[in-house]
Amino acid sequence: MEPILRVNKLRRDFHVGIEVVHALRGVSFEIMPGEFVSIMGTSGSGKSTLLNILGCLDQPTSGEYYIDGTPVSTKTKDELSTIRNRKIGFIFQSYNLLARTSALENVELPLLYNSTVTGTERRRRAKVALELVGLADRMDHMPNQLSGGQQQRVAIARALVNDPVILLADEATGNLDTRTSYEIMSLFQDLNRQGKTIAFVTHEPDIAIFTGRTIMLRDGNIIKDEPVETQSAKAALDALPVSEDYITV
Amino acid sequence: MNFTNLFKIAGRALLRNKTRALLTMLGIIIGIASVIAMVSLGQSSQRSINDQISTMGTNLINVMRASQRQGGVNIGSTNVQSLTAADAAAMLESPYVSMVSPVVTASDQAVFGANNWPASMQGGSPKLLDIRKMEILSGTNFTQQDVTNSAKVAVLGQTVVENLFPNGEDPVGQIIRFGKIPFRVIGVLAPKGQNQMGQDQDDVIIAPYTTVQKRILAINYVHMIMASAASEDVATLAQADVEEILRKQHKIKPGQEDDFRVRTQEEMLETMESVSGFLTVLLAAIASISLVVGGIGIMNIMYVTVTERTREIGLRMSIGAKNRDILLQFLFESTILSLIGGIIGILIGLGLSYAASSALNWPYVVSPTAVVVSFLVCAATGIFFGWYPARKAASLDPITALRYE
Repeated sequence: MEPILRVNKLRRDFHVGIEVVHALRGVSFEIMPGEFVSIMGTSGSGKSTLLNILGCLDQPTSGEYYIDGTPVSTKTKDELSTIRNRKIGFIFQSYNLLARTSALENVELPLLYNSTVTGTERRRRAKVALELVGLADRMDHMPNQLSGGQQQRVAIARALVNDPVILLADEATGNLDTRTSYEIMSLFQDLNRQGKTIAFVTHEPDIAIFTGRTIMLRDGNIIKDEPVETQSAKAALDALPVSEDYITV
Repeated sequence: MNFTNLFKIAGRALLRNKTRALLTMLGIIIGIASVIAMVSLGQSSQRSINDQISTMGTNLINVMRASQRQGGVNIGSTNVQSLTAADAAAMLESPYVSMVSPVVTASDQAVFGANNWPASMQGGSPKLLDIRKMEILSGTNFTQQDVTNSAKVAVLGQTVVENLFPNGEDPVGQIIRFGKIPFRVIGVLAPKGQNQMGQDQDDVIIAPYTTVQKRILAINYVHMIMASAASEDVATLAQADVEEILRKQHKIKPGQEDDFRVRTQEEMLETMESVSGFLTVLLAAIASISLVVGGIGIMNIMYVTVTERTREIGLRMSIGAKNRDILLQFLFESTILSLIGGIIGILIGLGLSYAASSALNWPYVVSPTAVVVSFLVCAATGIFFGWYPARKAASLDPITALRYE
């Protein structure tokens, strides 16, 4: 089976004044279809740089990167845009939804940059994606009418709408309370069970236990890459004490 | 990337901030509205001048006295006595001249009973009314016989009638005094209103020129000659003929200066038109300054918008927008703003000029050129002033833009 992602001796240097900062010092790994990988590390470990390169927002100084069999290192800016549009679904810590824009229109957004999708098809796929994340009844709500967890669900639907080969989540639970974090992780686990490949960047170990494998970075090197004894987020959610001041809307 | 999608993206972005979009448009609206209003008002005034001059007869030819030197002294034009009734008669030799009338003018107090009025009397031949396109409202015009007899008969303009006969009596048949001389009123002129210089054309008494020459001024020359060209088309030919005839009449040798000037209405029309044309250009230039200010307003807002929406731009890039898509989105936004503003501005400008021209009693002229040009200028404004902010947006680095606080 071909890996979805393959990086080989990836290096990334930044020039700050006269000094050269080595953010990545030769990182190699593969992610196979259907894997749920967490990428961990403290700040400064190079995980953001790695995520930028995996997300085709940045180019490595040296080394190879293949996504879905396509070599990325030689691509032009416009070609990278197309890869981001067709093969990658981004999920951010701060959701990055467009304000004063309905959930449905937010989810449609990536398809507007894909001219092969017609208007009716766009609407249909956005609705399917929103149903998949459990927001079928919130399609016309504006972001400010949604809770943090619901906003992140809209963002996940937006990442799913182009049917990408991999979801890249950057601290996707960083702005959420424990219960909502578990709900979101449960959703990711569901998506993973349906066959989605997910790379999840986090610095919280108690979130990483819901994934299938952890890649640990420190100072630009991989110091650990091993399978995780996966916990069920659903079970963790049920185990949480019922809070008096938290009401599910 | 297709344009329908881009249009949708730009439109949605604008609709998210309706108040701001409206305020930004306001600059363009005011700019375009003032340009349109100024240009069509200018053209309306030109048209109204045109209309008035043609009611005076565009085939009118005036012969006036020119200033002259006698023994090195410039004696001006008022002391020139060389123009005579015989000159007027001689002008009819030209096939292009259809009617002539010598004109002598005198000013004095007109009196009827207890009422009086400072009037000016124009002496002419019976043709004078036809030449000046004046009509008799009641009574009759004077005849050639009256001219031969220097008859003391007069035809009154409306303003004179109103001031001498304020109670609405019929002036025809009454005897009025002009200075010390009694005149019998034989006719009243139809009102003509003001001419393009603002002079009251009804404030006039018309009488046989011989009467004014002999009984009032005691002179044997005339002040000017008015003539009519056979048609508008031959006005310039008639002018040339008249000049030739008068040079012969006055025995002016080649190379010597004329002691008269021949003016056609056509020339006056051109002068008036060039003045009001200049004014139109001037007003339009001032108005277009506000258009530029409006354009800078768009640029300013777009620039602020780009900074404010940095994260949005980062997001769009991360989900697959190319630099060109971002550039076009912002160009579309500014162009949509300026075009919608332009259309509203054109409508308001046309409305304003309609209101103004109907208030001033001018003909309403819509200048299609001004409308088309302003529309194009709007599109150009949007692209020109949107270009720099759009370039700035497109050149953002997606990583920095996404992390922008």
